[in-house]
Amino acid sequence: MLSFILRRFITMMLTMLCLTFVVFFLVNLEPNLKKLAISQTEQRATTEQLESWLVKNGYRQNFFVRYGQWLGVLPKQPNIDPATGAVTPRFRFCDEPDVPTYAGVLQGDFGCSTKFRVKVADKLFPALGATGILMFWVMVVMVPVALLIGILAGMREGSRTDRVLSVASIATTATPEYVSGVIFTVIFASWLGWLNGSAASATNQGVTFYNFTLPVMTMAVYGIGYIARMTRASMVEVMTQQYIRTARLKGLGFGSVVVKHALRNALIAPFTVIMLQFPWLLTGVVIVETMFRYQGFGFTLVEAAGNNDIDLLLGCSLVSVFVVLFTQLISDIGYAYLNPRIRVQ
Amino acid sequence: MQLEFIGAFQILIGVLARFWPVWLAIALVLGASFTFKKRLGLYGQLFDSGVGIAGVAICLFWLFTAIFAGTVSPFNPLAQIPIMKDALPGAVVPDGGGIYLFGGDKLARDVFSRMVYGSQIVLIIAPAATAFALMVGITLGLPAGYYGGRIDAVLSFLANLVLAFPVILLFYLLVTPGIMDTPIPYAMAGLFFLFPIIFFCVLFFTRFKNRPQLLVLQLALTILIGGWIYVGLVFDADPLGIVSIDSNQLNIFVAVVFASSPGVFRIVRGLTMDIKTRDYVSAAQTRGETPWYIMLWEILPNARGPLIVDACLRIGYTTILLGTLGYFGLGLAPESPDWGTAIKDASRLLRSFIHPALPPTIALMSFVLGLNLLADALREQSLKD
Repeated sequence: MLSFILRRFITMMLTMLCLTFVVFFLVNLEPNLKKLAISQTEQRATTEQLESWLVKNGYRQNFFVRYGQWLGVLPKQPNIDPATGAVTPRFRFCDEPDVPTYAGVLQGDFGCSTKFRVKVADKLFPALGATGILMFWVMVVMVPVALLIGILAGMREGSRTDRVLSVASIATTATPEYVSGVIFTVIFASWLGWLNGSAASATNQGVTFYNFTLPVMTMAVYGIGYIARMTRASMVEVMTQQYIRTARLKGLGFGSVVVKHALRNALIAPFTVIMLQFPWLLTGVVIVETMFRYQGFGFTLVEAAGNNDIDLLLGCSLVSVFVVLFTQLISDIGYAYLNPRIRVQ
Repeated sequence: MQLEFIGAFQILIGVLARFWPVWLAIALVLGASFTFKKRLGLYGQLFDSGVGIAGVAICLFWLFTAIFAGTVSPFNPLAQIPIMKDALPGAVVPDGGGIYLFGGDKLARDVFSRMVYGSQIVLIIAPAATAFALMVGITLGLPAGYYGGRIDAVLSFLANLVLAFPVILLFYLLVTPGIMDTPIPYAMAGLFFLFPIIFFCVLFFTRFKNRPQLLVLQLALTILIGGWIYVGLVFDADPLGIVSIDSNQLNIFVAVVFASSPGVFRIVRGLTMDIKTRDYVSAAQTRGETPWYIMLWEILPNARGPLIVDACLRIGYTTILLGTLGYFGLGLAPESPDWGTAIKDASRLLRSFIHPALPPTIALMSFVLGLNLLADALREQSLKD
């Protein structure tokens, strides 16, 4: 088991290294650097001014050297003003050392955000916290509802309940967040006026039922159908097993067979599915946070990508790739742990 | 000047009447399908269940809407009639110009016509991108599953690499206006569009290599047609000028294929690993067939059931991805009538007007729902066999 985790961990590191390199390459393409320079200098800057800004801030150094500096395997050189020869920090809002130091991701330094004019860490981690709250409520709503639907549908395969619930869960998988978000806003905010169509106030004034229900609902709906269908399939399979028939023939009631014998075995597969939902939820987070103006991770990612904020975007991709890989690892370990047949092997 | 309006019932009748070529075509296809149900194999079996009929009907509806978009829509999707700005549904255009059945949007365009034309964009890009993703996934997944070992390790690592990328981040990096100035989208297009040509060449070569005359003909045709489309799509240099694609759309297309082929790869790889242990594969190996013959002519046909189901789901998923792109304003032109862009434009104004938002959302939802129902019915039927 330990060597399995270790091997997975090494693959994970390698994947993260490759992916950050790809992202680093893409954000440093010539048009993207131009875009950054234009947004950071005055509107009417000439081509020479843009170029000199890029040179002055070190964006014209060797690509691999800069990647090494970002990673923290090469020392970051202090920025020297060519005119005066004095050490001037590149960005006033984030203190840079004036001697060569190793200050990269490996040392825990994510760099400076050019868009928000703060350190990346100061922007990214509060945003992650805000998204964590959203995710928590989404999970609280999504998982029980999905499991309940799946179990009810899979309990008696082919019954009327099964067919109605199956079509309903197919319908929710056909409703991406930007569709359900619009429909829910129209119904609950515009027509009924029960809920707030914007979660902007949740960032400052705290989460309330009034401002947070719509984003949570919107995100939960897309995931519910998928998890419910997996739970149903798993439940249907379990219900045809010999031990269920044995329990029934012993004279146990249907309800007690379902709760005591079937449930535990039927919930192994959905666990994996729920864990693998995280990468999907990440896209959902971006859509929902943009739609309801909630300042979390997704909102930060959109802002970073829209303004080609290199360090912030790299930080965002590192976090999201980490989330994806980490949940995969958890799902594999958890699956082995929950399923005795695999655990023994 | 005051606009005149027609009632809700008249709107309904008007909409139903506008779709007349679609109803006619659906009636013909469904009628023919019911008549010859027994002889149509898997497609005929779809008509045994309500879910299957609903799925086929919805998919046909959008297919024919896309085909007859010019006849169905009363207005040009880009034309603006200034007085109709934010007009409510059923507003009559002054001077007998027609009726804005679903009202006008903030730029005074007809919401109904835009919804109808939006189906064209979706129904061209989504199935085509899925087809290319299938080609890429199959061509790489078969050897990975069949040979295993180092090929499998390398290809699986690459596939997991792409899958670990959150889709939205991938799109933000790959579908920016800036990237069109670099050779990246064209290089990727050049790589991806090569796969179908390779696939068909190998397919024909392995089967007909003992019948040179037939082989030469088929290879020549594949390379000619494939090369023609390839040149038209990648270099935009079709000598006849028929095959061409807007560079924006090429970029989207490539990004969507890139995002969804690893999923196909994983499925094909898994199926291949399962099927290669069957007796008929061993029989072919004993006969001395080449590995590629076994992969393409023994394993692939037996993996078709799950692949067809996956393709249906994948077209739906691609439609959702296209909507996501439109929603974030990536790639497609801002005035494009596709559903995602329309939802983006309308959702910003939800507080004042809701009518421009509903048609594209319901259109997108119903199309994906139709595909999902179809996939579900296909899965049920293929499990019965």
